[in-house]
Amino acid sequence: MRAAKHVAGLLGLMFTSEQALAAYQMNLPPGVTTFSQGAYDIHTMVMWICVVIGAVVFGAMIYSIINHRKSKGAVSAEFHDNTAIEIIWTVIPFLILIAMAIPATKVLLAMEDTSNSDMSIKVTGYQWKWHYDYLGEDISFFSNISTPDAANLSTNASVKKDDTYLLDVDNRLVIPEDTKVRLLFTSNDVIHAWWVQAFGVKKDAIPGFINESWVNVPDPGVYRGKCAELCGKNHGFMPIVVEVKTKEDYAAWVSGQKTAAAEAAASAEKTWTKADLMSHGQKVYTTACAACHQANGEGLPNVFPGLKGSAIATGDIAKHLSVVIHGVTGTAMAAYGPQMNDADLAAVITYERNAWGNDTGDVVQPSDIKAAR
Amino acid sequence: MSAVIEEHHDHHDHKPSGIGRWLFSTNHKDIGTMYLWFSFIMFFVGGAMALVIRAELFQPGLQLVEPEFFNQMTTLHGLIMVFGVIMPGFVGLANWMVPMMIGAPDMALPRMNNWSFWLLPGAFGMLIASLIMSLMGMGSAPNFGWTFYAPLSTTYGPASTDYFIFSVHLMGISSIMGAINIIATIMNMRAPGMTYMKMPIFVWTWFITAYLLIAVMPVLAGVVTMMLMDRNFGTSFFNAAGGGDPVMFQHVFWFFGHPEVYIMILPAFGVVSQIVPTFARKKIFGYSSMVYATASIAFLSFIVWAHHMFTTGMPVAGELFFMYATMLIAIPTGVKVFNWVSTMWRGSMTFETPMLFAIGFIFLFTIGGFTGLMMCIAPADFQYHDTYFIVAHFHYVLATGAAFSIMAAVYFWIPKWTGNMYDEKLGKLHFWLTAIGGNILFFPMHFVGLAGMPRRIPDYSLQFAEFNAMATVGAFIFGFSQLIFLYNVIKTIRGGEKATDQVWEGADGLEWTLPSPAPFHSFTTPPTVK
Repeated sequence: MRAAKHVAGLLGLMFTSEQALAAYQMNLPPGVTTFSQGAYDIHTMVMWICVVIGAVVFGAMIYSIINHRKSKGAVSAEFHDNTAIEIIWTVIPFLILIAMAIPATKVLLAMEDTSNSDMSIKVTGYQWKWHYDYLGEDISFFSNISTPDAANLSTNASVKKDDTYLLDVDNRLVIPEDTKVRLLFTSNDVIHAWWVQAFGVKKDAIPGFINESWVNVPDPGVYRGKCAELCGKNHGFMPIVVEVKTKEDYAAWVSGQKTAAAEAAASAEKTWTKADLMSHGQKVYTTACAACHQANGEGLPNVFPGLKGSAIATGDIAKHLSVVIHGVTGTAMAAYGPQMNDADLAAVITYERNAWGNDTGDVVQPSDIKAAR
Repeated sequence: MSAVIEEHHDHHDHKPSGIGRWLFSTNHKDIGTMYLWFSFIMFFVGGAMALVIRAELFQPGLQLVEPEFFNQMTTLHGLIMVFGVIMPGFVGLANWMVPMMIGAPDMALPRMNNWSFWLLPGAFGMLIASLIMSLMGMGSAPNFGWTFYAPLSTTYGPASTDYFIFSVHLMGISSIMGAINIIATIMNMRAPGMTYMKMPIFVWTWFITAYLLIAVMPVLAGVVTMMLMDRNFGTSFFNAAGGGDPVMFQHVFWFFGHPEVYIMILPAFGVVSQIVPTFARKKIFGYSSMVYATASIAFLSFIVWAHHMFTTGMPVAGELFFMYATMLIAIPTGVKVFNWVSTMWRGSMTFETPMLFAIGFIFLFTIGGFTGLMMCIAPADFQYHDTYFIVAHFHYVLATGAAFSIMAAVYFWIPKWTGNMYDEKLGKLHFWLTAIGGNILFFPMHFVGLAGMPRRIPDYSLQFAEFNAMATVGAFIFGFSQLIFLYNVIKTIRGGEKATDQVWEGADGLEWTLPSPAPFHSFTTPPTVK
């Protein structure tokens, strides 16, 4: 009896007390929004219906396996048909399904209602980062994983693994509490899927198409998610971090973003020193280029070309600018012109032309980029 | 007894000899044997890839393989297990058993039978060649998942994608020809008195499966042809920039893909429906409802494909339709499980290895069925989609489902094929290690999936560590215990206790009226079925 209680308690723990077993979480966490709570409730209901049906069916099977065995002298019965019982076990499951379908339909209809939103953010998937564009606010930025070496076997061993390993980004998506935020999803290259489990939102970001969903988070906090659709080599390394702020904090954040944007615009006008370009270029390279071309510039043989000593990175500057700004059609090389500002492009190209012994001595200024666009 | 068998053999066993016996074979048994060995070899190849995947996922962090190679492993593991193991395994069983079960001498179209087998080594040779080239540093093997979603597989696919496309075309031709052959055999070559509603359930399930194959393999061929055009001839079927639609790829793929799921499970239902009555010593419960349930599942399989695509942004009416249609599949599937349980009920059961695998199948497949029911609920599926919960689900239905049924079938019929009994102790050891290892492997995947771990990732954050480590331990138990199976099969082929014609006390059906081993040409004079 005590043992049975113990087992029951353990089972209860498994399915209910996520906090107590954070490291051993076995079940969907309860939602933090009405949206995700709806998914959690229907999940819980269907799971328990399955558990009960399973207990009945498996119970009958186990009973039969124990008792109707030849070694116990069981003699097989003759029956092999029973219309009444066959009708019953067709009709009862049908009724159970209807009982599931009604609440599922209600939850689904509520989830798909994106009307009356207070603000809209466009989310664009890139290989392998997210871009957020606050529509009508003139705020937009990329969000990269903040431990890029995690995607590299040779350097991964030295990456510190803590609670936010693979779950942290450089720029978080910031939204206000208690506000219906409509999210629009698209992609620049392959299909990605934006998934934050706490919100119950998982939507494919598809090139050429726009999907929509919404969140309305009642409590400030930090919520983490991941790309859910295989999108190439670094699919496992494009996390999502959403920071929900109080309305006041959010307003402060918005004005801070605008000031920063003005500063960035000013920096694109000035003439940079080579040292500044190189140090800024290395940062840009690490977040945007190293995933394919590798931190050492050697690429992956026959998959992603190397830049170290390459014809493009050591040859004609105009060709180099064109490849970076416009991309290479039909390959994984994306057009970075629309993704980066003039200063970032100038810095990264300068870096590529002088790092890893390329030593061309060339310096590319933001004004060169402006001219080449 | 054996003297009688020898005599019986002499007058119609003209086995060709040497390599020609296999290369030019038109014999359903030899071709069936080749299919089964092919499937078995591919099982170890695909299994080795699974072990690479699980070894990498043993701990958080990258330890063994680059993400790029990891993606090649998940892709080829999936393709090989689906097209190289489960499908040829069932075709091999059909080749061996369908003529014997319906009282025919051979398959209806023996030369086509030869060709449909010999396309497969070419197809998989090409696929595996792309991996060998990748290992030699000459580009990447297919790395976009077995579902090869565009544009990852088109604009962004590696050069080897074209090998992959050709390989899929060959597999498709092979499957279509195999299916035509099975239909022609079942329709034309049944023994006198063997009406449709007297056919063994295994024959029925394969009959329906063959129609599914003919219906959907051309769709698969269509989708890879469109990929080929997009990649090499400048079309834009799946390229939005050229007016195409990447989501259309998924619709076409899953219009093939969902019936494909039932192609891989209906013959398994057939196998279990032969084994359970044999070892319960009782007729199958609800024969006709079994047949109708199979046909209903086959019909429904054509109208549920977009439940794989709930997150692609379908209109809500579409989501509701596909959710409701998918829920309906639970009904005929439930009927099947209830019928198996009722067949066991008040039977006189013994638990030889085939029965153990069949019962294992019913338990574990049903668990996979339950998670399937959970996933058809669209609002909840948003949380399950593309997580390890899905990985757990389809491994319960395919590994501990379809693959279990093939193992059950091998133990069930190998005495008939070889004339020798397999080693029962080793068989039981194989079953228990596989069942326990399989559950240690796949059950924790439910937990990490619900906790939020996406599928197809080479590395994961720390909260998933414990259950991943557990799954990896299970994977190695599951994987290495298959060597026992291999050893047992070879041992049985080489000798062992002689099997009787009926083999199993409760065995019922035409195949058990033939001598063991079955003669080279099954029924030269048709038996009469009353």
